[in-house]
Amino acid sequence: MALDDRKSVFSFVGTRPDRPDGLDKVTGRAKFGADMSAPGMLHGAILRSPHAHARIVKIDASKAEALKDVKAVVTRADFADVPFKPGLEGEFYNVLENVMAGEKALYDGHAIAAVAATSALAARDALKLIEVEYEVLPHVTDVDKAMASDAPVIREGAADYSVPEGMHPNVVRYHESGHGDVEAGFAEADLVIEDSFTTEATHQGYIEPHACLASLGSDGKGELWCTTQGHWIAQKTCAALLGIETSQLRVTASEIGGGFGGKTTVFIEPVALALSRKANRPVKLVMNRSEVFRATGPTSSASMDIKIGMKKDGTITAAEGVFRLQGGAFPGAPGDMTAMCAFAPYDLTNVRQVGYDVMANRPKQAAYRAPGAPMGAFAVESVLDELCNRLGLDPVDVRLKNAAAEGSKASYGPTYERIGLVETLEAAKAHPHYSAPLKPGQGRGISCGFWFNHGGETSVSLALSEDGSAQVMVGTPDIGGSRASMALMAAEVLGIPYENIRVTVADTASLGYNDVSHGSRVTYASGLATIKAARHAVEQLCARAAASWGIPADAVKWENGCAVPSGPNAGDFDPRPLADITAHMGATGGPISGHFEATPEGAGVSFGTHIVDAEVDPETGKTSITRYTVIQDAGKAIHPTYVEGQYQGGAAQGIGWALNEEYIYGDDGRLQNSIFLDYRIPVASDLPMIDTVIVEVPNPGHPFGVRGVGETGIVPPLAAIANAVSNAAGVRMRQLPMSPPRILAALKDNG
Amino acid sequence: MSKFHVTTTVNGDEVEYLCDPRETLLDCLRDKLNLTGAKEGCGTGDCGACSVTVDGRLVCSCLMLGVEAEGKQIETVEGMAEGDVLHPLQKKFIEYAALQCGVCTPGVLVAAKSLLEKNPDPTEEEARYWLAGNLCRCTGYDKIIRAVMDTAAELREAS
Repeated sequence: MALDDRKSVFSFVGTRPDRPDGLDKVTGRAKFGADMSAPGMLHGAILRSPHAHARIVKIDASKAEALKDVKAVVTRADFADVPFKPGLEGEFYNVLENVMAGEKALYDGHAIAAVAATSALAARDALKLIEVEYEVLPHVTDVDKAMASDAPVIREGAADYSVPEGMHPNVVRYHESGHGDVEAGFAEADLVIEDSFTTEATHQGYIEPHACLASLGSDGKGELWCTTQGHWIAQKTCAALLGIETSQLRVTASEIGGGFGGKTTVFIEPVALALSRKANRPVKLVMNRSEVFRATGPTSSASMDIKIGMKKDGTITAAEGVFRLQGGAFPGAPGDMTAMCAFAPYDLTNVRQVGYDVMANRPKQAAYRAPGAPMGAFAVESVLDELCNRLGLDPVDVRLKNAAAEGSKASYGPTYERIGLVETLEAAKAHPHYSAPLKPGQGRGISCGFWFNHGGETSVSLALSEDGSAQVMVGTPDIGGSRASMALMAAEVLGIPYENIRVTVADTASLGYNDVSHGSRVTYASGLATIKAARHAVEQLCARAAASWGIPADAVKWENGCAVPSGPNAGDFDPRPLADITAHMGATGGPISGHFEATPEGAGVSFGTHIVDAEVDPETGKTSITRYTVIQDAGKAIHPTYVEGQYQGGAAQGIGWALNEEYIYGDDGRLQNSIFLDYRIPVASDLPMIDTVIVEVPNPGHPFGVRGVGETGIVPPLAAIANAVSNAAGVRMRQLPMSPPRILAALKDNG
Repeated sequence: MSKFHVTTTVNGDEVEYLCDPRETLLDCLRDKLNLTGAKEGCGTGDCGACSVTVDGRLVCSCLMLGVEAEGKQIETVEGMAEGDVLHPLQKKFIEYAALQCGVCTPGVLVAAKSLLEKNPDPTEEEARYWLAGNLCRCTGYDKIIRAVMDTAAELREAS
């Protein structure tokens, strides 16, 4: 987009109005996934495998089917590969295999069969009557063990072309990138540190479990209400899995109770549709928390080796990383993303990174806020911290010395446009937090973080009403206040008050295709689309005014919500406000609307720097976060309060990942902590206030300069906290989470 | 299994329902009374999204059976506003952006109201420990705590 198209002085953007859905959300009237019901509705429930790896020999549902309250039972035979549409391939095949097991149960919690009954209790009771005969197989849940030559094979032939010969069949994708000569770089270094790190799988932990209400007839026409980050992908996937036409399935996104990447695919939706088709009645299906933990997307666990060389003055001479990510029983672990993000903040002459996608007997990993990036940052930024400690260098100065800037060749290939990393580091250095004294027992850590951000397919439609108000239809579910941002951007272009704009998340039948609310893309891409749709409407408003004045359309411009002559030569006419033009639109050419359909490509990468103080109790091993500051480039903050909210939320999730959260598997391959009591996410008394600094280095790829802000905030915390804890405890922490037993063990090993 | 007839008071209204003895108060509020403000986030009393008060006491409605509500006074998020006037906590939560997705908000509001009724002048630490039973995954609690503390200050000034 040309720079002259860019706006830098704003009337509405940058203000902090109340969100349009605020009242609904504080009164309990907002309808989330499980809050919908339909006449004649049945309740579904899913039978899940108790085994980590087992051949399904036989399923006998006859006793369940004989119950008068049970109206349908489905198994894999009721889905598209047999008999409706044989040969489902690629990711659709993987999703089908995940939502309903085929020949084998691949992890503890894998769906085996489902029932629909007249009540939720009757459905749960009926599950107990389904008899499944399993042949239990050897399993593996650890990433390094899953790559070993004696590991049980999850699925033969799952690897793609990228995997080098001789690797175990559980290694399904391989990534290698970089530039320069790392060996020559290491030879130039005054100090080289090589170290290994691990992180455990964590869950996105959205408070709202997956829930849907499905209705599908034998005519292939259906309706689906569900909590999702993207209802078009739900539509496309469900249609494929059920063997129906995409357009015949209308999907409506409910209010969404958190997603963080975990609601970018489907789990129960195809099952509910299959039950509904078989019972010929609407079916509601809601997961309980244990099902959410056992069968929906945790993030990958990771095992990583890092080697970095540095000169005495802090110059990084070479960097190398190997990242092994375990993604459950399906291809998809973002080893490539981890590798590409790990060194992205730095301008490196010699860099090489390798990523592995490894399968194990665990649930299919799903995206989790900057998927893959936090683990790599943990490993790399820990080694950088250690280099700074040993060379006696300031960690911010060293990062500034090596920071990537406009024109730097990124570690993953491209050359950066205007980016804001240096600005976040300078803000960190100037922040009072960075120079505040520490108490005994406390340590300070810093880390940088990077995320790509994403554009994605986007449609927006904007319609003006006769009274001069506007309605905007977007297709990206609002996870954290995005309707407010859309209304602010539309107000900015139209020049009418924020309150006069209603933003609706449209269903799949009311708008063209939209990618999922992921990749920090909503404010960027739906925002850009809203601006363009509003400009499209403004063109028509100007044309109507021009016609009424009898002058050419290009002799009219839009200013402060009014059509005005573009200059003295255009004529002398009174400004015509938007409402004055729309009041007569029926008689002057008909309805005025604007729309936008495209795939914006200029998302603009994002960087942040975090400063953390931690205090470690040597008696108990408990860590307290005593101070936290997030500094991140937002490009342009449309609604600064919600930008702060994204920063704070990312930091809080990072604190949980760093200190507490982990999937714990027993020797039997079963998940041992599948409730919130045992999988402990941060609670209010665990956290301090989280200070934020919004840096604004405009993104050249957005008309108002927006960069996505949602994901980058979870990239630095793991490393920043590990550095703070390591500095407080006097021992390098190489394993996450840094739970009290691990800290005590590390202190003991250190003498 | 036969069902039990329960008569109880919810947000000042006398209501009746038939419930299976295994159904929770949360099930009854949501599925029989259509009061879907309280949410089930865990079903094990760990997340607080289903928080309501029973005879003035803050409880997780997923941990109480529907039959136990007989003769009780129950308050839910739907009863917080008086007519079209929002409770000061509700107003402050919108103003402070103390919610992102909003699914924990009904429970947090009910719990925060209960806190301020018992302790009109909580310290930040007291507010954090009182609300430790209400999980929020979006906000990091910063804006929630600020909204609660500011509401407390405003209510103290008004009284």
